[in-house]
Amino acid sequence: MATSSVSKGCFVFKPNFKKRKISVPVEDYFNKGKNESEDSKLRFETYQLIWQQMKSETEQLQEELNKNLFDSLIEFLQKSYSGFQKNSKDWGCQIKLREIPTAALILGVNVTDHDLTFRSLTEALQNNVTPYVVSLQAKDCPDIKHFLQKLASQLTGCCVDEESKEGSTQVAQKKTHCSMDSLSSWYMNITQKTDPKMPRKKRTSSSQWQSPPVVLILKDMESFTTKVLQDFIIMSSQHLHEFPLILIFGIATSPVIIHRLLPHAVSSLLCIELFQSLSCKDHLTTVLDKLLLTTQFPFKLSEKVLQILTNIFLYHDFSIQNFIKGLQLSLLEHFYSQPLSVLCCNLPEAKRRINFLSDNQCENIRRLPSFRRYVEKQASEKQVALLTDERFLKEEIQSLLENLHAYHSNYFLVLRCLHQFTSSLPKYPLGRQIRELYCTCLEKNIWDSEEYVSALQLLRDYLLPPETQPLHEVVYFSAAHTLREHLNAAPRIALHTALNNPYYYLKNEALKSEEGCIPNVAPDICIAYKLHLECSRLINLVDWSEAFATVVTAAEKMDANFITSEERNEIIHARFIRAVSELELLGFIKPTKQKTDHVARLTWGGC
Amino acid sequence: MMSKLELKEDKMLEVQFVGDDDVLNHILDREGGAKLKKERAQLLVNTKKIIKKPEYDLEEDGQEVLKDQNYVEVLGRDIQESLKNGSAADGGNKVYSFQNRKHSEKMAKLASELAKTPRKNVSLSLKNDPEIMINIPQCSKGKILPHDKSEFLSTAPSGLRKRLIVPRSHSDSESEYSASNSEDDDGVAQEYEEDTDEVILNQKIPSQNRAISAPVCKETPSKKMKRDKTSDLVEEYFEAHSSSKVLTSDRTLQKLKRAKLDQQTLRNLLSKVSPSFSAELKQLNQQYEQLFHKWMLQLRLGFNIVLYGLGSKRDLLERFRTTVLQDSIHVVINGFFPGISVKSILNSITEEVLDHMGTFRSVLDQLDWIVNKFKEDSSLELFLLIHNLDSQMLRGDKSQQIIGQLSSLRNIYLMASIDHLNAPLMWDHAKQSLYNWLWYETTTYSPYTEETSYENSLLVKQSGSLPLSSLTHVLRSLTPNARGIFRLLIKYQLDNQDNPSYIALFCVLWYGYPYVGIFFSRLFLVNSDLTLRAQLTEFRDHKLIRTKKGTDGVEYLLIPVDSGTLNDFLEKEEEES
Repeated sequence: MATSSVSKGCFVFKPNFKKRKISVPVEDYFNKGKNESEDSKLRFETYQLIWQQMKSETEQLQEELNKNLFDSLIEFLQKSYSGFQKNSKDWGCQIKLREIPTAALILGVNVTDHDLTFRSLTEALQNNVTPYVVSLQAKDCPDIKHFLQKLASQLTGCCVDEESKEGSTQVAQKKTHCSMDSLSSWYMNITQKTDPKMPRKKRTSSSQWQSPPVVLILKDMESFTTKVLQDFIIMSSQHLHEFPLILIFGIATSPVIIHRLLPHAVSSLLCIELFQSLSCKDHLTTVLDKLLLTTQFPFKLSEKVLQILTNIFLYHDFSIQNFIKGLQLSLLEHFYSQPLSVLCCNLPEAKRRINFLSDNQCENIRRLPSFRRYVEKQASEKQVALLTDERFLKEEIQSLLENLHAYHSNYFLVLRCLHQFTSSLPKYPLGRQIRELYCTCLEKNIWDSEEYVSALQLLRDYLLPPETQPLHEVVYFSAAHTLREHLNAAPRIALHTALNNPYYYLKNEALKSEEGCIPNVAPDICIAYKLHLECSRLINLVDWSEAFATVVTAAEKMDANFITSEERNEIIHARFIRAVSELELLGFIKPTKQKTDHVARLTWGGC
Repeated sequence: MMSKLELKEDKMLEVQFVGDDDVLNHILDREGGAKLKKERAQLLVNTKKIIKKPEYDLEEDGQEVLKDQNYVEVLGRDIQESLKNGSAADGGNKVYSFQNRKHSEKMAKLASELAKTPRKNVSLSLKNDPEIMINIPQCSKGKILPHDKSEFLSTAPSGLRKRLIVPRSHSDSESEYSASNSEDDDGVAQEYEEDTDEVILNQKIPSQNRAISAPVCKETPSKKMKRDKTSDLVEEYFEAHSSSKVLTSDRTLQKLKRAKLDQQTLRNLLSKVSPSFSAELKQLNQQYEQLFHKWMLQLRLGFNIVLYGLGSKRDLLERFRTTVLQDSIHVVINGFFPGISVKSILNSITEEVLDHMGTFRSVLDQLDWIVNKFKEDSSLELFLLIHNLDSQMLRGDKSQQIIGQLSSLRNIYLMASIDHLNAPLMWDHAKQSLYNWLWYETTTYSPYTEETSYENSLLVKQSGSLPLSSLTHVLRSLTPNARGIFRLLIKYQLDNQDNPSYIALFCVLWYGYPYVGIFFSRLFLVNSDLTLRAQLTEFRDHKLIRTKKGTDGVEYLLIPVDSGTLNDFLEKEEEES
């Protein structure tokens, strides 16, 4: 079946049912298509195991880090809720009744991590405060109608879980007309209905409350339109006595935004309290601490890899999630490309695995640079034994791995000590964060640096760079360029290189050229591109076409000419058209109506 | 609290806590309290950079400072480069540098340079240096012309100077040039004359020679040198973008007598071109093909893959599909197809993959439904292959959000290609994290044949053949009655195309006013309002007619095909009947 058509753009391929059932297991792709497939099954399993452990470790970490924040949030919610309760009896506090309790949650610019935080927040609130927790995103609420619809459908969805499935028909109705009135009556209904029963199992703490509040989380407060926010706040403050609402604003920038978005008349309806989440840099430090600066996980990153990952973090997104993704990719690449990574597991297991190493794997070990350096230092008899006797080699690997393990446990201990010591020095000569110190130590002998000077000679034996250790390749992932290529790619530079320097990709001598030049036999698009660089804002197609023809004709002159010149010109013109269309597709030019038969350049500068 | 170290026999260390006073003594003993005075700034980037570069040490407080340069070094060059990745070849500095001063005649100059040395490399622009750029034509002039510079300027025939100089002011001139960016103010009249000569001359000189003879730059390099380089570049930019005056020649394709080609002719012509560098291209492709299994592995482990780099990646993805996806459910989506939309992508998933026949209130509802379906049934797996995720039709924020949400599902795997140079701008952090991309550079140099075939390029004639064939095709599948109605509509549109009131009737039609029903029922084509309505809806679904809101807010009907094609169609229909 073809995948091109003039009438449609989507093509579905469904293999017949039987075939589909036997889907290929993932690990099969792990060993296919490469030369080195030693122990690949075991390697994949080890990858899976370590990754799962790392993942659950980070999740747990996240939970712990959020705990403080959530605790104080929950406290705030409970406090304001009890306010509701009191007010409902005491009608004297009419003014207070109009104020919606609001928690402004400052989360930082790492928006990609927010989702995870909100998810666990929702869970925590549902377990501790109220079953009615709803979160809305600005993109779902272009106007107040959608806002209320989403709110209503999520709220009714909340109770559908508990009240069996009876609500499903109501949902459809609610969608068509919802207002604060209908929400209030819904709330009245639901609280009265559940009041006498009190059957909830999970909600031990919330069940004591007769009418739990409704918590509304606005995940990205800044993105909501002012009007929607204002309208909603004014309306819900009117209904607060029958619809006990508590707002949580997710804020990425600064709390000032609340007052910028809401005029005083509206913001005075809110009773705002600020909450600050843990800074993402502290978060990163903790993650590093738990995942890398530890002997718990055998897998390690080289200095450059760590550098790339922290740079992406610090310069691009502040996103822990992306950092973890990079870590996952490193782990995968390591196990995928390094056959000896099979030994990258805990020590007893690694020792066991050494016994089952194949001859090929032994050869791989002998080929490791660090191992060769090690062998060279040994006495000659031992050298021969190491290079010829498998059993002797395996025993040696056992002890080397033990040493490597000991090296790491000492390393991190000493590193922490050194960090403790230096981080409180004025001007932070060795970095404020332990990761900076770690990077420095990974890269070179720390005592060679001026900053280190004469301090702590004792540490010297323990902070040797990992490259000095035999078999370090087994646990260290060092292919920094792969990470950068796949995580932080620069498509525009690739395009630029391909157009300017085709020899970089096509290793043909005819294309070899000095920097900034291009041979006239280069692909058409390169020539058209090079010519268009000479133009200013607009390009005359006729001039361009002629210039192109000049170059191409000259390049072809040497070739045998069987066809007539008219036909040749036509073909050249066709090639020109193709090159121009392609440049248009790539976004370098676009048609313009400013002048007949002109195109406009869309770039300014070399690319 | 500081810690002190003790060595143990088993090579393991132990940390003991000691009092601050002891520690202080310890430090003072070792350091002599001397070396700590050295002031160093704290850089966020990496400590090693601080050590290497004392010039950054000027920051007085310990604040963390971001240094762009370090960043570029670390991400751009500092790392050992992969041989296969072009993005590593040049740092960003070249790509994002300012543009050099351009002259309208530059292109022709460059062309002649290239042409003059068929098998040799000519230095075209030396490292983006504006001064040197200007100098080149003069340096190389010796090759082209036997004269030296002064001779050339004074004696060169007007034909040779054609691309050179045209006075700024003569907008009423009928010459080829309405303006030029030459900085000469003298010799206006003289050049005006030359200009008219030139038109005549041009017709005699074959195009090739003309282009070669172009290069002249009147501005002397010394004059140029005096200018402040940076301010020049900046001025240059605003000069080029603020004025509406266009400094290019006025020649049009018509004068060139090169008729616009239609798609078919273009294809035929191009098929005669023998591909160059096929061995190298094959090698490139083989490299990428070796990655197929790795891609599958990474897709299955929760990443999505995006391919970038010059050249069509369609064939590569097709090969990927036929090699490893044969036994899986997959959907191929041609982003470059002009009729593509997120709706149609979702439709093919719900209707063809999940066999769901119902309809949805909105795209978001449909998305929710799909997401739930895939979350419920974890055995369900779907591969999405999107050619040109950055196409006109899909690059919108909403589309990207929806596709991103699909791709973030555990059991939907997305493999996409992008080509536009600004494609990554489509994704903010939130979308990027939805997509969870792994980037792969696959520069193929393959022509974008399929991708550009739908494009309304300036140089390609909008041939009627495509709409005509599809029109015939669609109408064949309709009932004779429907064909009759449509023929009637065509005739009506053709008869009334110059009549402004014709739109009015169409509008009334749509609302099915009784007398319009009569209009048709008189011809025994429809017997009720309802059938007419159903028929029109069907036409609209087939995109045979289009509704358009008028200024008065009422919807009008229109057949979105040009009258030439409609005439052709009617003729063809008559022939057949």
